[in-house]
Amino acid sequence: MFFRMIRGAFTRQRGKMLMIALTIALGASLATAMLNVMFDVGDKVAQELKTYGANITVVPKAASVLDNLYEVEGGDAAEGAYLREDELGKIKTIFWAFNIVDYAPFIDTDASLADGREVNVVGTWFNHYMALPTGETLNTGVQNLRTWWDITEGRWLDESQPDDANACMVGASVAAAAGIRAGDSIRLQGPRAGTTLTVVGVYDSGDSADDQIYAPLAQVQKLSNTAGCVSSIEVSALTTPDNELALRAAKDPKSLSASQYETWYCTAYVSSICFQIQEVITDAVASPVRQVADSEGAIMEKTQLLMILITILALVGSGLGISNLVTASVMERSNEIGLMKAIGANDRAITGLVLTEIVIVGIVGAVIGYFAGFGFAQIIGHSVFGSAIEMKAMVIPIVAVLVVVVTLVGSIPAVRTLLRLDPTVVLHGR
Amino acid sequence: MSLLELKDVSKIYGDLHALDKINLKVDTGEWVAIMGPSGSGKSTMMNIIGCMDKPTSGEVLLDGVDISRESAKSLTRIRRDKIGLIFQQFHLVNYLTAVENVMMAQYYHSVPDEKEALRALARVGLADRAKHLPSQLSGGEQQRVCIARALINYPELLLADEPTGNLDEANENVVLDIFSQLHKEGTTLVVVTHDPEVAEVAQRTVTLGHGKIISDKLNEGFKE
Repeated sequence: MFFRMIRGAFTRQRGKMLMIALTIALGASLATAMLNVMFDVGDKVAQELKTYGANITVVPKAASVLDNLYEVEGGDAAEGAYLREDELGKIKTIFWAFNIVDYAPFIDTDASLADGREVNVVGTWFNHYMALPTGETLNTGVQNLRTWWDITEGRWLDESQPDDANACMVGASVAAAAGIRAGDSIRLQGPRAGTTLTVVGVYDSGDSADDQIYAPLAQVQKLSNTAGCVSSIEVSALTTPDNELALRAAKDPKSLSASQYETWYCTAYVSSICFQIQEVITDAVASPVRQVADSEGAIMEKTQLLMILITILALVGSGLGISNLVTASVMERSNEIGLMKAIGANDRAITGLVLTEIVIVGIVGAVIGYFAGFGFAQIIGHSVFGSAIEMKAMVIPIVAVLVVVVTLVGSIPAVRTLLRLDPTVVLHGR
Repeated sequence: MSLLELKDVSKIYGDLHALDKINLKVDTGEWVAIMGPSGSGKSTMMNIIGCMDKPTSGEVLLDGVDISRESAKSLTRIRRDKIGLIFQQFHLVNYLTAVENVMMAQYYHSVPDEKEALRALARVGLADRAKHLPSQLSGGEQQRVCIARALINYPELLLADEPTGNLDEANENVVLDIFSQLHKEGTTLVVVTHDPEVAEVAQRTVTLGHGKIISDKLNEGFKE
């Protein structure tokens, strides 16, 4: 009979039950969307922040010592101290390889143009194709690391085109001073050799790079006779904001206990990624670009805090909505409950009936709400970040527990009122 | 032998004496109509007899048990086991069919038995309306479902509150015929009504006024 009563309530009050389920679904969808976005916003914001360039620089140990000694950051590599070009692929083999979004090696030298004008020439990767030891392939270089460059003439140097092996890109200041235009050929005379390069593009970087010429790595190595050498590497990595553990580890990883070390090593802190890069690049010092890393950390922390607060507010709001609706729907049935009491139903029987109905409606609403919420999350993902929001499995139990708890907690006042209900009041209308 | 006995029963709300030292005995198998105008205390008396309210003072003995001293939990059990209730507004569950409404009373009493519920409906002339929802039944049919529900657990006392108050004359006669039949079968009936015609067909009429019994008489046809 219990199930006939439940079935009767659902089949013959379909519209009413569906309305309650849809309201619960609305709350659940809000919770699902916000939780999915919240869990994914860190990665999404981190990806967005990568457009601001590298957050880790790798230099030879000797250069780093000099930098530290003279408290100069980003200084030139010490004379004769270089990193090995053949080790560059190893960066994509570290534990956090998937968090290495882009990187590019750099070597620079002074050269003179045909008119005798001195200019700094930087050798690097533009869109370098790499076949990694893991079997994966990667296209990386300054085209990804210098997204803010404005190509005022011509185009980006394309390493996949054989002709571009003898090409270069010229900074806006150099181009203006020397009257260089895209398509021109320029003669560069370095300390060890000379070369003729075709200008494929002129860029406006808004920084000191406007006074430089960017050329393929091999060309600059030829000018300075440093084949197989690079003076620095810029790495753009997805990182987790530093906490106390990360700060301690950054100072001295040996100060950590074994479990702390494991936690630190297996978390994408900028310090642990730097540490792992140092493990694979010989005689290298990898250090975070503090301004970028700190800003990223601060922005991500604030974004996540904002999302958590919005999610909590959304959950409280939907919780109150569900609670009110459940209370209203239960109270609407006071006549029916009064009758049940009058014909001998005890408190347990009434509570069981009401809660079973509410839980069933809650489950239906939660399932509908979960899928609707996932859809909402995708809309948010595509409209805000331009990409899909990853479906997090942990959201399912959270939403399920949330809906059941909110629905049951929301029903407590209504059930208490029903249990106190005087059948004479509802049956006689007084 | 008295099935129901009220001894000096009073119910006081503030300064209002809804019932004022009422003494009443109802024997097993008796059909008693309780009459009186609005505010005379009829419904208060029905609530107390029906274990849905307690008197301020006095004793209410139902089958020898003083229900005025029982807890709410015990009153629910007594109501379930000994009393069948019939309401003026019928109070059927709108999403359950006629037979399911009857079975609901069985469910809260013991074990639902659809065949027995159908027999109860047949007894009130509704065998062919068993699968209908209350909204598909007329007022008289709904009241008959209510009577079948009240009878299904073989109560010792059938308590009806204005059972014909919402019915037309034809349906009123149908219900009174059922009561008459039940009375002949030995069912004890207490019917609260303000309608003299309904009271007249009962065996005995008790008239209330301002919370007191004004008259208590056997009706024509039952006088010995």
